[in-house]
This record gives sequence, structure tokens and C-alpha cells, in this order.
Amino acid sequence: MSSPTPSVLLKDIRKAYGATVALDGVTLELKPGEVHALLGENGAGKTTLMKTLFGLTQPDTGHIEIGGVTTTIASPRDARSAGIGMVTQHFSLVKTMTVGENLALAEAGLIRVDLAKARRIAQEAADRYGLEVPADAVVAGLPVALQQRVEILKALAAGCRYLILDEPTAVLGPKDVDSLLAVVERLRDQESMSVVLISHKMKEIERVADRVSVLRRGAVVASTTAKGMTTRELVSLMVGSDAAESVERIAQATRGDAAVALALRDVSVKRQLGGLDDVTLEVREGEILGVAGVSGNGQSELVDVLSGTLRPDYGQLEVAGKVVVDPSPFALLAAGVGILGEDRHASAVHHLPVVENLVLDQLRSVTRLGHLDRAAMAERCETAIKEFEIKATPSQHLGTLSGGNMQKVLLARLFGRSPNAAIVSQPTRGLDIASTRYVRSLIAGARDKGTAVVLVSEDLDEVLELADRVAVMYRGRVAGILHANEVTRERLGELMAGVSA
Amino acid sequence: MIDVIVDLVAATLRIGTPLLLAALGEIITERSGVLNLGIEGIMYSSAFSGIAAASYTGSLWVGLFVAVGTGLVAGLILAFLTVTLGVNQHVAGLGLTLFLISVSNTVNRILFTSDGGQVRVDPWKSIGFGGPIFDQYLFTYGALFVGAPLVWWIVWRSGFGLRVRAVGENPEAADVAGIPVARTRYQAILLGSAFMSLAGAFITLAYVGQFTINIINGRGWVALALVIFGRWNVGRCMLGAAIFSLVNAGQLQLRLVPAFADVPFELLLALPFLAVIVGLAVSGRNVPYPGSYLKPYRRL
Repeated sequence: MSSPTPSVLLKDIRKAYGATVALDGVTLELKPGEVHALLGENGAGKTTLMKTLFGLTQPDTGHIEIGGVTTTIASPRDARSAGIGMVTQHFSLVKTMTVGENLALAEAGLIRVDLAKARRIAQEAADRYGLEVPADAVVAGLPVALQQRVEILKALAAGCRYLILDEPTAVLGPKDVDSLLAVVERLRDQESMSVVLISHKMKEIERVADRVSVLRRGAVVASTTAKGMTTRELVSLMVGSDAAESVERIAQATRGDAAVALALRDVSVKRQLGGLDDVTLEVREGEILGVAGVSGNGQSELVDVLSGTLRPDYGQLEVAGKVVVDPSPFALLAAGVGILGEDRHASAVHHLPVVENLVLDQLRSVTRLGHLDRAAMAERCETAIKEFEIKATPSQHLGTLSGGNMQKVLLARLFGRSPNAAIVSQPTRGLDIASTRYVRSLIAGARDKGTAVVLVSEDLDEVLELADRVAVMYRGRVAGILHANEVTRERLGELMAGVSA
Repeated sequence: MIDVIVDLVAATLRIGTPLLLAALGEIITERSGVLNLGIEGIMYSSAFSGIAAASYTGSLWVGLFVAVGTGLVAGLILAFLTVTLGVNQHVAGLGLTLFLISVSNTVNRILFTSDGGQVRVDPWKSIGFGGPIFDQYLFTYGALFVGAPLVWWIVWRSGFGLRVRAVGENPEAADVAGIPVARTRYQAILLGSAFMSLAGAFITLAYVGQFTINIINGRGWVALALVIFGRWNVGRCMLGAAIFSLVNAGQLQLRLVPAFADVPFELLLALPFLAVIVGLAVSGRNVPYPGSYLKPYRRL
């Protein structure tokens, strides 16, 4: 491992899925002996970019150079022989086998499985990098931190010199994060390896990163030396500056006299990772409350609580001034709360047609004596297709629709029941520009008609464009609430970085 | 010749009745994402409890109610195991089948066969409208003209059916839409079990009129295969049941043909099951299993 490691250059990588541009001409260089942090909201293209490097996806245009030589990486096998290893968010371990067997699997012959060699590799990694794994333990019984080590070890055993870690710390507790970062540092310092670290946690980047690149909507918006950067500087790099990036607001001033449509009072959810800590929020009729924050600071839990799928351990929900005693999904829907979840595939039944998906949360209104009123459903569907400009037929299975159209169906369902309060989470993630614009205008339109909207989004531009007030989440708490006229990227960045006011 | 065909069709309808009833039950269950491998055991225990109750009370109707009650209790056990506890559905179902068959055999021995007897009733007679084809049991008419259309309506035209399908395809999405996943699956399993117990009751209370060991004889497993062959659709399942029953009726008639006298009857007996295997091999590939088939649902 002493021969000099050349640098890797991803050049003008472009990748589109239909009309959605995932990567828009990204150029990124990985130098030997550096930890390169990739920052950006979910859906900005970080994972897609790294999958291109690891041969899991092929770019439409652009190429990869290793040491100045253009290299085709058509598969993970190619990537491995080029010295590139990746630990994805979903591990690819054979869970019923032991650690040693998993390590030996890659080069297992027809007859012999070289477990002794696997043990030797494990021992060596433990000695050199502190990457200790129990070689004879069955993977399924190991905690996730150890499984992750096995994945790293697999990459190292394959001789990798560029190691991609995709949100490795998202699943770890603080102690395991520490030891993982220590391993990363040793790999860099002792082996001159190049490590790509995708993370939403600024503290980690502050600690180990030498360079940091920020992706936003499929493009690198900043790439700079990270050494000596503070959390606050990192966040401001991520959120950009008002001078450079202005957003045209389609927000309106909050009417302070409007009634509170939805409120959370002292809501806490205790969890090992994440959770909510004493969250109190109010949203009034005809107002969009934006919820911003770096990914993983409690936004998902907040949406789950509001949809009724996560019971708070403490605190209560109020809809139109009344406490929802038993906040189940059904009770919240009945009280007039509508939800658009962050993962549209988890909210839509792909194998049911559009017409049936549209009424799933309001079956009572289309059934008489248990019989589905197909005529009424069809009529409702026709109206929705026209009103929401959905490009689909009523009988088409939802799974065959494009992301934008699927989102429109879900929005049609949400707004079709005229909710008092609508919770929309990451509404434009992964959508093309036209659909994004349309979805945002829908949300603004609902607000103008008097609906109280909670807009949870990692896309800061979206929050700035739409929200009348912005609540910033940090470590499960509401770090601060800003009115539209006092919102600046700088102020938001401070709150997102946990700099207390 | 025409007589042979008429007899064949009439026999096909009789043989197909329990298969169709059981398959209808399994369609509803599996549409909710749950596999009920207790099907054979439910049929067996209902066949027994039905005739036992009928012989004690002297009323076939009481027998029928007891049979359905048995099926509901069994369904409740399966639902508790697979939905509430999230146990592996293969293990839970097969375990339930083994348990129900053993319990039925044991109770049968204690109540009826320990002194060399056998439980018998005077079964329901067929109702004739002229000709052998239209001389069928109430169960057969019921399965064809009430059961099948009813299940089709439930699955495709009722609000309950839409809930069942949503839960079976994507329980997360159903949950967010306010559909109670566990309750819907319980309902589907119980309704399905009721149909399976009707299938069992038909055999003892109408078709045979007595209970013997191994009386269901794999009919539950055949129904299971028919559901996959039929791709969870009532019409296709009816077609499958018709084909299987026709082959079965055919082999029964073949045994009476002198030319086949020397052929071991076990070979002929195997024919319909061979038909099942061939049927599945031909059309059982790339079937659209419900999206959450075999998967317990837990909120994260």
C-alpha cells in the first residue's frame, strides 16, 4: 500500500431520471490522504453521485478519471478493481454467516473457503486501525455499529484506496461515531486513503474533513478546504448567502388575528437516536409555517407525530383549539388534518389505480352500506385529474405514474378533503422543475384559501419562498421561530447549526 | 356418451364445491397480505366439530353454526399469531393445521370411536331441479351463486375490500390514510376462515355424512394452489377449481371402465394433483403476489 495513490476526478457527471435531473454536470476531485465531506439536503444528489463512482449507476454524460486516465466503471466489480469501496446505507452482508465467512466470500473458491486468511485480515485491521470485529460471530447477532465495521473491512480486504461512506453515522450512537471517525482518521493518515464522508452532522465534518463540497439540486454549489471551519461556517456554506441567492417569495404576511388551526404543546418523543424534545408549535389558518433544519434533527418525527403514526411520550396535539385525545391517523384525519408524507412511495399504494388511491383516506364518504360508489369515485377522480393537472387515467396503477404526477395525486387527495391543517413534508423532493413549481403554487394556493400549512422541507429555497414563519429544528428542539420579514439565510444557518440566540 | 358427460359435470360441481369455498376464503385472507396455511386444519376441525354437534343435537343447522364458530376461533388464533405477534406465517399456519387435526382426531376418539363406532348423521340431501347436473347440494348452489359473487363484490366493489387490498399491498400507506392495518387483517382472516369452515362442513354434513380420519385429504392445500393459479381473482380461481375437479371426476369414472381395471387406483388418484402441479408450472410463474405478502406490519 505504499505506492502513491492517484487522485480520482469525476468530471461533468450528468444523470437524469426522466425529466428529473439528479446530477447536473458535477465535477468533484478526490485527493489521496484527504477526507472529503459531501454536504447537502436529502435528494441533492450526493448518493447518486457516489453510486456513479461505485458503478451502481451509469452517468448519462461525463466520465471518471483515475490518475488522469479515463476509466469506465460499469459495475461495483470494476470499482473494486479500481480501488474504490463503498459502504451504502443498506448493508450487503449475508446475515446468517459469520463475519469471517462474509470476508472470505469475495474470494471463496469452489471448494476452499479461506477462513484463516479472513481472520488474519480482521486481526490486522484491528491492530492497525482499531477496527475490531469478532471474526467468528454471526452477523445477524451483531449491533449495527459492528456490522458497519464488517462492511468497511470488506472494502479494505478488497484493497480499496478510496472509501465512500454514505451517512455512516446516521445509525450510530455517540461512542460508535467516535470510534468510526478515529478509524477514518487512521485510514487517511496511515494509508493515505481518500475517504468520502456523506453526513448531515456538522460536528463530524468539523472534526475529520479536509475538504467539503456542498450539493444542491444536483449541482456543486461550494467546494472548499474544510480545515479549521466551524459548524457555523459549514452550515452557512450549506444554506448559501442572501446576496448570492435571492428567492422570490410567494408568501404573504401572517394574519395575526386568524385562529390557531393546529398546535403541538410540549410534545416529547424519547428515542435512542433522534426524537423530539419539548416541541411547542402553533400554526394559524391561512399561514404557512416552514420547518427547516439539517436532516435528522427531528423533522421526520414531527411529521410522524402529526400523522398519528408516532405517539408522543409527553405533550398533546390540538386541532382547532380542541385536544385530540387519542391521536391515531384516523382521529387526526377526522379532525381535519391532512398529510403529505416525505416518502411518497410509502403513502401511495402502487398496485391500486389512481381512482382508488384518491379515496383511500376518505372511504366513508364514498361507501353506502359497504358498497363503493364507483360513479362518485370516478367523478371525483375526473375532477381531481383536471384540477390538479394529473397526467394519468383513473384506472392507471399509481406505480406507473411519474414522481410529479404521483405527488399530484397525493396532493389532490390531501386538498380534496379540504383540511383545516395540511402537513406537507419534502413536497418537491426528486421532482422536475415544472412539477416543483406547480406543487409549490398548490401549497401557496391552499394557504390563500385559509388552510393552515406546515411545510417541512430541507430545501431552504422552498422554505424561504413559501413560509410566512419559519421554525428551525435542532436536535429535536425548536431552536427558534422567525417571521418572514426577519428571515435571512445567515440567521437560519445560525439556528440550524445550533448557535443559540 | 352424453350421460357420461352429464355425470362428469355433475360430479365436477360436487367435487369443486369445498375447493371453491376454501379458495374464496383464502383469496380474502391473502389479499390482506396474510397467508393462511391453517386452511387444511380449519377445514378438518370444522368438518369434525360440525358433524359432532349435529349428531349430539340432531340438527344439521346447529352443526353448521358450530363448524363456522370453530373456523372463527381458529382464525382468531392465526390472526393473533401472525398479526399481533408477527410470527412467521408459514410456521404459524402449518402449526395451526397440525394442532387442529390432532385435536379433532383426539376428540373424535374420545367421543365416538373409542368403542369402535363412527360418528354419522343423516346428511343434507341434494336439491334437484331436473337432471343430474341440477341436482346439487345447497352448499354448491350457495358457493356458485352467492359465495363467489359475494367475494368478488367484497374484494372489488366494497369499501372493506379496498381497505383489505390497500393493507395487503402497502400497509404503511394504508396506515397513514387512517385505515387500521391490524384490525383490517383480523377481519380478513376471520371472514376467510368462515369460508374455509363452510368448505369443511360441506364434506361431513352434506357430501359424506360421516367423519373419518384424513377426511379433508389435502383439499385445503389444493385450494391454496388454486388461489395462486387464480392470481387472487375469483373468476380464475373458479376456472382452476373446475379444471381440477373435472380431472378428479374423470379419474373416478375411469376406475369404472374395465380397460383401466388393472391400473392401480392410486395412480389415477394422483392425476388431479398432477394437474395442480402442471397448472402451477404453466401459470404460477411471475404471479403478482400482494405487495406485503407474508410481511407483518409494525410502525417504526
